[in-house]
Amino acid sequence: MKEKKLMKKGKRLDGRGKEDLRDITIEAGKLKRADGSAYLEWGGNKIIAAVYGPRECFPRHQRSPYKARLDYYYRLAPFSVEDRANPKPSRRGIEISKVSAEALSDVVFLEYFPNTTIDVYTVVLQAQAGTRCAALTAASVALADAGIPMKGLMPSCAAGKIEGEVVLDLSKDEDQCGEADLPIAYLPNKDEITLMQMDGDMTPKEYEEAVDLAVEGCMKVYEIQKKALKEKYRQFNEGGE
Amino acid sequence: MSSERLIWNVKKEGIIKRIKEGQRKDGRDMMERRELKVTPGLIETAEGSSMVELGDTKVIAGIKLNIGTPFPDQPEKGALFTGVELYPVASPSYETGPPREQTIEISRVVDRGIRESNMINLEELCIEPGEKVWTVAIDIFPLDQDGNIIDASAIAAVSALINAKIPKYEDGDIIRGEYQKELPVTDTPIASTFSKLGNEIIMDPALEEEKAQDGRITIYTNDKGNVCASQKGGNSSFKRDEIKNIIKEAVKQSKKPRKELLKNK
Repeated sequence: MKEKKLMKKGKRLDGRGKEDLRDITIEAGKLKRADGSAYLEWGGNKIIAAVYGPRECFPRHQRSPYKARLDYYYRLAPFSVEDRANPKPSRRGIEISKVSAEALSDVVFLEYFPNTTIDVYTVVLQAQAGTRCAALTAASVALADAGIPMKGLMPSCAAGKIEGEVVLDLSKDEDQCGEADLPIAYLPNKDEITLMQMDGDMTPKEYEEAVDLAVEGCMKVYEIQKKALKEKYRQFNEGGE
Repeated sequence: MSSERLIWNVKKEGIIKRIKEGQRKDGRDMMERRELKVTPGLIETAEGSSMVELGDTKVIAGIKLNIGTPFPDQPEKGALFTGVELYPVASPSYETGPPREQTIEISRVVDRGIRESNMINLEELCIEPGEKVWTVAIDIFPLDQDGNIIDASAIAAVSALINAKIPKYEDGDIIRGEYQKELPVTDTPIASTFSKLGNEIIMDPALEEEKAQDGRITIYTNDKGNVCASQKGGNSSFKRDEIKNIIKEAVKQSKKPRKELLKNK
């Protein structure tokens, strides 16, 4: 790992303070064919999420008479990273998809829709660190846009450690040269953490601090998610799109 | 999925009836393309990119350049690869998994137009004959399938190539984000797809029309106004007069999108 100075006088390389998010914009309902969709820009990340369902579940043996099945797909477009990504699903992508599906399955009222499937597809068009959180944040808005009943919107955000300091929402340089990264997804309505991963090195105290900071970040993302949904309906009211 | 098929079959009759009366649902003429919107350079991680909106159909294309070895029979030429992924964000009927025949056909049709028009001067992509050349990967990602993914993909690919730059290459390393020059582009091939429904022929089918079509023809034309690639698909056959007319329209109707793409050059 190359040495790089990541903090200068309490500020980060991109000018952010320790507890600042990168800029986030979300637009709900961008796609025509999907039942629900969202386009999200988060720092240099550009992501589209589309939701279909509840719809008939195929193959049949994957159906449950008790609840809907929720599938989540995380995909990197081949041109989203510096060196072209192989279009074949990667082990990393499969793992992210699995834990993300599990997080959303806890939030969506799957028991309302037995024998069906709800499919959530996300694609990263441009990647700049923190894509799993960004994709999950967009997916949650797309699910709401599709009108699927949930316990609430589920924001996602990471905290990390750079040069011994716990900071919010790592940038690409910080992700590559930092000491730890801890992405979480959080359900504000219930005050519960629905996804948590971590790599790096943190003391138990730093870990606690990072979880608290990531939850704070999630609360800020939550406000942006709500704004995106309201914005769509405001346009409806004014006879827009 | 069979219920979806059934619905389209029911709708088909109405769509054909309307077209016979000279009407399309969106009010277009029979030989009229939907509005085209091109947004090049959207993706900073790609060497070139473009988002194309053809009516409500949306496609994004990205170009990645890498160093590779040339094909043994073309030691002094760079290499070109086109891939389309029909990922399900774009349509409820797309599925994940390995590419199916539909996906492979679209990739190959788009590839053929680009290759046969010689729009990229592949000799200029040679670094060391027989050893090192630039390889150009064109990756196409439909985002919203509202009919005629072929034309939208083809136009997005050409637009992304026009937008593409070659990265700096020093001491065997590619320096991403720093560029030496533009990709050597010499032509602007434009694809035009026509659908046959019953005995009627229309240009640039919207989703409903595409679902109701019996057959289609795609014609690629180059800057000279010549045809450089074509493909017929579907079960319906075409009369020679119909094909003649399609080619005439393709040449005529390619001028406007070509101008649109070159505007951004």
